[in-house]
Amino acid sequence: MRSTTRLIFMGTMVMAASIAAAAPPAIVTQGKGAAIACASCHGVDGAGNAQAGFPVLAQLPPAHFAKQIADFKAGTRANPVMSPIAMAMSAEDIEASARHYAGQARPKAAAAPADPAVIARGKQLAINGAWDRDVPPCFKCHAVDGLGVAPAFPPIAGQHAAYTVSQLQAWKTGARTNDPQTLMKTVAEKLTDDEIRAVADYLATIGTPGEGK
Amino acid sequence: MNQSIGYLLCVLALGGMVSGCDKPPPPAATVAAPAATAPAPVAVAPARFAPPAESDIPENEFGEAVLLGKNIFVNTQQYAKDFVGNGMNCANCHLDNGRKADSAPLWAAYVLYPAYRQKTGQIDTIQSRIQGCFLYSMNGKPPALDSKEMTALVTYHYWLAKGAPTGVKMPGQGYLKVAKPAQKPDVARGRAVYENNCAICHGANGEGIQARGEYAFPPLWGNDSFNWGAGMHRVDTAAGFIQANMPYGLGGTLSDQEAWDVALFMNSHERPQDPRFSGSLAQTRDQHHEENCLYGRTPEELAAALEKQAKTATAAEKTKPAAEQLEGISPAISH
Repeated sequence: MRSTTRLIFMGTMVMAASIAAAAPPAIVTQGKGAAIACASCHGVDGAGNAQAGFPVLAQLPPAHFAKQIADFKAGTRANPVMSPIAMAMSAEDIEASARHYAGQARPKAAAAPADPAVIARGKQLAINGAWDRDVPPCFKCHAVDGLGVAPAFPPIAGQHAAYTVSQLQAWKTGARTNDPQTLMKTVAEKLTDDEIRAVADYLATIGTPGEGK
Repeated sequence: MNQSIGYLLCVLALGGMVSGCDKPPPPAATVAAPAATAPAPVAVAPARFAPPAESDIPENEFGEAVLLGKNIFVNTQQYAKDFVGNGMNCANCHLDNGRKADSAPLWAAYVLYPAYRQKTGQIDTIQSRIQGCFLYSMNGKPPALDSKEMTALVTYHYWLAKGAPTGVKMPGQGYLKVAKPAQKPDVARGRAVYENNCAICHGANGEGIQARGEYAFPPLWGNDSFNWGAGMHRVDTAAGFIQANMPYGLGGTLSDQEAWDVALFMNSHERPQDPRFSGSLAQTRDQHHEENCLYGRTPEELAAALEKQAKTATAAEKTKPAAEQLEGISPAISH
């Protein structure tokens, strides 16, 4: 009797746990056909990979996430790795992976790199922009904490610097064109390469509330 | 009693160069009197003024007041919450923390006060002018003239205006005047402009967008927006702000027509009552809202009035020199 009760109790606990932290969807952990598992580059937790420049996906607004996959499919956003993966993703795969990553905590921000002058320059641009050149601050649209404004403006705080640099450069050169109303192209093409580097380095060092700064 | 308090608030609290939609002055009664007594035109400075860099704020008691003023200006919701009755921050309409030209920069405003203002019918100081912002644009309760908040805000204005010539209307002051468009402004066209350019930040219904409990993008109409006494409720003022500054980084891309259309669309919605409301919409309209706004009139009525005004003005403007800024008179004389 006692052991039966315990068994039922334990079974209930396991079920509760699996409901609370729903198992990641198969598209994230196993992939499907040509769509290799999201987690193989972005991690199950969506932390990405700083060295490889795979972006943080944690807490991306689902609508923004889904738009990016749709844009890879449509060719308005192109990447040799992501484009074929996106092509192989079904509507259900997109919905499931978007929901999964939206629910992950942002990873801890990177330690500040050595050169404080570069960080200071990036911080100045992120907070105050350069309005004399019509460059609005990053935080005017991505929120004062850089954690984004759903649905259209993704979190940029805590993003890997290599990824931020690659995207700003892609907007600047015209390789990426899927920003709404050319909002990012407008900003990126006014930034120098040094400024892009500085702002990306700064953004990588700030993250979830209470970390970085 | 309430009425007299309302009147007192109105007189004390002003609105301003950019706030309000009062009747224009009676046809040149005071300013165009005998030539000998007419005030001299104010000189216009040639080059664009550059306020000091934020990194130059001194590290002393004065600098602390400058910094507090800046913080109030940028995050009014937090630093002056007792005086704010909506979801706005000063920096929503004065971009770059009050520095940006053609976005009613503080350095240009500071040096034009004290000045007589049609809106209040009195000489306003920079302090009483700022009180007007709180009453109308912030739909709140103005901080007292000697309050910590007011002192900090004035100190911030003063610091930004370092080296600016007193009494001179500088290039970039106020908001741009957008030429009257070819077609009369239209709400339906304005809605399309809004959906294509503005909704991504201000929401499908002008409600703004919040992130983590704060407005990341301000509401353009509704209870949390500026009230019917604020300068931005005027269609011409809003068109000037929008064309020069919106969307962020894309200032100057909307045509005159688009700016007027979208300003009309924005201001065709409901917003908090004008604090000068007398109990009668028609009376308040006739007393304070002669033109360029939708207070107590339909978009069609306003569009028709603007069209008529444009037709009669074209002929007159050709023979008349451009309006000059007169010493001691707010440049926003018709607001």
